[in-house]
Amino acid sequence: MRPFGIATLVLSLLAAAPPVLADGDDVVIEDAWSRASIGTSRPGVAYMTLRNTGAEPVMVTGMRTDLAMMPMIHATTTDAQGVTRMSHMEEVEIAAGEAVALAPGGLHVMLMDLQRPMVEGESYTLSVIFADGTEASIQVPILGMASRGPAD
Amino acid sequence: MRRRALLRYGTLGLAAVAVTLFAGWWQVEGPGAPDIAMGDRRPLPLTNMDFTLTDHEGRPVGPETLIGRPSLVFFGFTWCPQVCPTTLADISHWLDGLGAEAGILNTVLITVDPERDTAQAMAEYVGYFHPQIRGWTGTPAQIARAAEGFRVRYEKVALDGGNYTMNHTAGVFLFDATGALVSIIDFHEPREFALPKIRRAMERSEPGTG
Repeated sequence: MRPFGIATLVLSLLAAAPPVLADGDDVVIEDAWSRASIGTSRPGVAYMTLRNTGAEPVMVTGMRTDLAMMPMIHATTTDAQGVTRMSHMEEVEIAAGEAVALAPGGLHVMLMDLQRPMVEGESYTLSVIFADGTEASIQVPILGMASRGPAD
Repeated sequence: MRRRALLRYGTLGLAAVAVTLFAGWWQVEGPGAPDIAMGDRRPLPLTNMDFTLTDHEGRPVGPETLIGRPSLVFFGFTWCPQVCPTTLADISHWLDGLGAEAGILNTVLITVDPERDTAQAMAEYVGYFHPQIRGWTGTPAQIARAAEGFRVRYEKVALDGGNYTMNHTAGVFLFDATGALVSIIDFHEPREFALPKIRRAMERSEPGTG
């Protein structure tokens, strides 16, 4: 009786959840790259383009990698006085059929608490986590510190 | 005769007004205007600044170090993974684009994070970019004094886990060889705007033109 009760509870919670967004399977991740780091004390960075090929908006809620304990999405903004700051984005929405670029100067993944140095020529696995709980894993190539992107 | 004199003085007077107006326009809105995207927060001329810092090789430096050659100066910190490497990578690319001409440019990164950016940390960091890029640091008071001259703002922001990051003015300042501000390359402006601005600072530095 009791397991059945829990199942009912879970089902009712699911039914009460807000409209379901498209899942991460609809998202294509392109042009991912990172810069090499100096040791592990400074944070690292990752860039990519997230393209939503589905018909529903997709919400990115986080990142996961064994390279860094705290990967987080940051926005870069500059105020009227020319002061630039980073702000943590809890979630990033990708509209249906649209793409969101994480690129130098704008949105980016800040890799806090590096577990090992990021060495040019190597790569690492990064998982993008979506609101529905699905994840998409990619291999991110590490380019030189002075690189401006894969096409440079 | 009287009438002719009147006409002549009148014409001269109008011409003088026109020249004055044109000169004003030239300096304020025309090609002679410094293109500033920072409101009233424009750096002082280098000759009006007064600060002492230490470069990444341990040498004492100041605004006078930059006079005599066109200069490209920006503020940042080496713990930043985004703005500073992007700016340094762009600057390295511009210097490469200028080729041999770039040799006359002073190119300096001044840290806003002297706590972590020691001369040694700066040396390690700038070593990854164009060899012409110099890194300047100092005591917190020295950095504050330098930032005041450039009208640069910065603030420390705490992060989870006891770390911190810095918000700071991210534009690249261009000065001619006399130390006058020529323009500012905004962090967000398209990269192709930068090279003409740098060339302008270099042209203004040639003998006889500045």
